[in-house]
Amino acid sequence: MNDYIEGFPEAGRKKERISRFNAAAIIGIPLAAILFQVAVPRFLSYLSYLDLPLLVTIYFSLMRRSPIEGVLFGAGIGLAQDSLSRGYVGMYGIVKTLVGYFAASVSQRFDVENPWIRLVLGFFFCFFHQFFYWVLKRALLGETLDFDLEQTLVVGILNAAVAVPLFRTLDRLKVTG
Amino acid sequence: MEFLLNRYRNLTVLLLAILSQLILLAYQVKSNGDVRLIRVWAVTAVTPLARVVEAGRASVSRFFDDYFVLLDVREENKRMRRDLDRISMENQYLRTELETADRAGALAIFQKHAPSKTVAAQIIMNTTDSGGAEVFVNRGSSSGVKKGMAVITPAGIVGKVVSVYPTASMVLEITHSNFAAGVISQKHRVHGTLKGQDRALVIVDDVQNEQIVDPDEWFYTSGEDGIFPKGLHAGQVATVRAGKARKEIYLTPSGFQNGLEEVLIIIEGVHAPIPDTPSAGQPVYLLAPPPDSVVAPAPSLPGPASEADRVLDRYRKIGEIQKHVYGDRGSGAPDYNVNVNPKSPPSSSPPAAGSKPPNP
Repeated sequence: MNDYIEGFPEAGRKKERISRFNAAAIIGIPLAAILFQVAVPRFLSYLSYLDLPLLVTIYFSLMRRSPIEGVLFGAGIGLAQDSLSRGYVGMYGIVKTLVGYFAASVSQRFDVENPWIRLVLGFFFCFFHQFFYWVLKRALLGETLDFDLEQTLVVGILNAAVAVPLFRTLDRLKVTG
Repeated sequence: MEFLLNRYRNLTVLLLAILSQLILLAYQVKSNGDVRLIRVWAVTAVTPLARVVEAGRASVSRFFDDYFVLLDVREENKRMRRDLDRISMENQYLRTELETADRAGALAIFQKHAPSKTVAAQIIMNTTDSGGAEVFVNRGSSSGVKKGMAVITPAGIVGKVVSVYPTASMVLEITHSNFAAGVISQKHRVHGTLKGQDRALVIVDDVQNEQIVDPDEWFYTSGEDGIFPKGLHAGQVATVRAGKARKEIYLTPSGFQNGLEEVLIIIEGVHAPIPDTPSAGQPVYLLAPPPDSVVAPAPSLPGPASEADRVLDRYRKIGEIQKHVYGDRGSGAPDYNVNVNPKSPPSSSPPAAGSKPPNP
């Protein structure tokens, strides 16, 4: 297999760029992110803007660089979020599935280790997540909700600002060697 | 076909994932049903961790509370020593103890004496919905909790149970826009529907402009909604004005007054009458304390109540007799051995030199 990859330098480089994490990190980090979302804003309400499950979805999809893993990761985290809400199961699931897929697709073309690219991607996917969730609610559930563009932009910027140091911290959990 | 699936493997997985979730959504919307299994698994997996997080937070919070309370007591103790007033210090200590009484203790007293059968629960986490007007409590179907049960605190209503799991339940707070309950005003007996509006204040709807509601008037549950027993505090009128078609009444919910950490879930509700007099200033204790725990007020005595008071009284009389002003510079100290009560000889002062000792 290694010989085969050595024969194709592009494929070898791509494989090298794929980050690896141990199973505990892959299960524990999303669980911690969901716990954070349900437990912390009770006491620090100003942190309710922070969508850690989304940031974790983006991070793992970017780092694993595999659209299939991104889809499974996004769907898993989204469905877990749906299960802990009063809404229909599948709304966050669909949106985060798409986020995971697109993040993984983008990671194959950009240097996602660069903090500026992480900042831009963090903002873009947060905005996309909020917007697509609103579209789904209107289209699938027929709910008449207003899209607060200003608030969505601010939330996107704040989440992107948190994403950069968070991704840097999560980088330390990568398995090397 | 196989070639296509291999060629577009990523896209195929994405479409399958989206399609399966769309089918799941369509099933829920069409049948108005719930995918209970997924929710039970998620809630059962997360609630133990949330309890651990909540327990850790409560321990840290309690530690700091105790630390600052102890600091206060030490400072207070110093001041009391300077004043040499032991009784005042004891009173202050008891008052502080009373003021810092644990909410859980108040809740237990209320629970014991409330007419309805209730089960105490602790809020362990929010839901993932934004807004924070839905929370999870640590009591579920294993504790006898059922969907639709009322959730209260001693200060008033808090919400209702909307989903029940084995170890936890989801509570919709009264500030949520989907919440509604029947209420009645205390003074004018005006019936209305209390509705949440995703803000701190709640609104009372369905009240005609001709009906009278006073500012600061209290609203109680009317028992008409089949959820809340009649006679529970709902809130106090913050604003009332005539609207286009109906009166606009905004209430400050009373149930959140002392924070929201412990709540009671009404298992078996008992209706109570609406009180005629306005609510007392201390909303924590709705009911009178039990007879065995009532401390009878000390009878007011005409004389000094304690040894410290007697000493103070004696020093004041000495000052009056000798026309001495305490604290006045250069006036020296008064003779503390003087007999302030001429009818009885001084008991503690030694006999003056040359005088005969009193006959036995």
